[in-house]
Amino acid sequence: MKRHSISTRIWHWINLAFVVILFMSGLTISNAHRYLYWGDWGFEAEQAWLAVPRFPDWMTIPGYYSLAVARDWHVLAAWPFALGLLFMWAAMLANRHFRRDIATHRREWRPAHIWRDIKAHLRLDFDHGPGKYNFLQKLSYGLVFGVLLPMMIVTGMAISPGMGPSFGWMIDLLGGRQSARSLHFLFAFSIAGFFIVHVALVVLSGPILQIRDMITGGRTDAA
Amino acid sequence: MQRRGFLAMVGAAFVAGCNKVAETKAGANLLSAAERWHMGAQRLLRDRSALAPEYPRSKISPFFRGNGSTDPQNGDYQAQAAAGFADWRLEVRGLVDNPLSLTLDNIRRLPQRTQVTRHDCVEGWSAIGEWTGPQLGTILDTAGLREDAKFVVFRCADNLNGSDYYESVDLVDAFHPQTIIAHSLNGEPLPIRNGAPLRMRIERQLGYKHAKYLTAIEAVASLDDIGRGQGGYWEDRGYQWYAGI
Repeated sequence: MKRHSISTRIWHWINLAFVVILFMSGLTISNAHRYLYWGDWGFEAEQAWLAVPRFPDWMTIPGYYSLAVARDWHVLAAWPFALGLLFMWAAMLANRHFRRDIATHRREWRPAHIWRDIKAHLRLDFDHGPGKYNFLQKLSYGLVFGVLLPMMIVTGMAISPGMGPSFGWMIDLLGGRQSARSLHFLFAFSIAGFFIVHVALVVLSGPILQIRDMITGGRTDAA
Repeated sequence: MQRRGFLAMVGAAFVAGCNKVAETKAGANLLSAAERWHMGAQRLLRDRSALAPEYPRSKISPFFRGNGSTDPQNGDYQAQAAAGFADWRLEVRGLVDNPLSLTLDNIRRLPQRTQVTRHDCVEGWSAIGEWTGPQLGTILDTAGLREDAKFVVFRCADNLNGSDYYESVDLVDAFHPQTIIAHSLNGEPLPIRNGAPLRMRIERQLGYKHAKYLTAIEAVASLDDIGRGQGGYWEDRGYQWYAGI
């Protein structure tokens, strides 16, 4: 069996491309109104809980300030991103990738076990434990698949005025439209944080091999 | 510094690639198709007359921000404002059987709808206000919309950066129960910054659809020959015509 199944590999790279487009066009949208609020409304600095810095042009799509063009990219990339996540969830439930590799076991949650895992990471020892992934890996992949990526879609829909009639209950549940917008921003930066740590750990654990395996699928073994 | 330089280079290359895609005909078509997929999906998910959320009066925001034109200086707007808009007329024209010219008094005497709704600007901010006015559907029924009418265009008194503001919706939003011609905000006549004396409320779409300083309602078969042909002032400058996203 390959280390990474074909569905995982295809989704991984396609998702990377669209998350990057969404993030960079999102930074332009953030530049259009750099204040975040809690609740249903908010329109000026003194109501804001956070004044977001202005993101420089080299970080944004397009590479100059245009809210109209950024929104075009954002609403286009939202489709393959959302449908791709749906596909990946279906695939990893069907091929048991989630149950076998990502779902945690009760004993892994014991503080002593978690502490051991953290110490192993500090020694840059990532290949400990019996499964494919160690506990911290399972936890972060689980959070990304189960919370961060789906919540981007949920909060994004809650911000859309056209979703108000069918999604009003969700807007209320999130604490209002401006709360949903703040959460959309916070989840986006959580994903950016995951991205940085993920890339750093790939670099520390043999980047050539890791990237090759995510393209070719890696070694075939009897597991 | 070196790492930032590298990141900036990768970022710039990616952005350049995206810009190249957007410049091709297929790329531009794809970007505008996405807008139609969202409209189709949103309309599939709910009844076409389903209401945008309405709020209790206690949720009204302490101020209702004005954006775009907030004090038009062109034409005779300032003179009309000084006269309390006594001679303001709302024309109903285009593909209708009975063109109308309504005074503010005519409009206040029609059956009224009052709604406390949230206004979402394309920039990202929101404000909540209570709007009162007749439904657009009532006026279109009185004027008698002709078979070939497909869109309703809103003409405005304000001139923004050298172009007259205008907007348009299709008949789904024109006949939506919350689509009203508002003459009051929070129980008072509209302030000038919010579109006095009349503005549209298109509650399931972004703020730029809610045309202010309304002078005419025009039923048309196509948007091609109006403005630059994209259906509105901001649409002519690249923004989406369907602003429910």
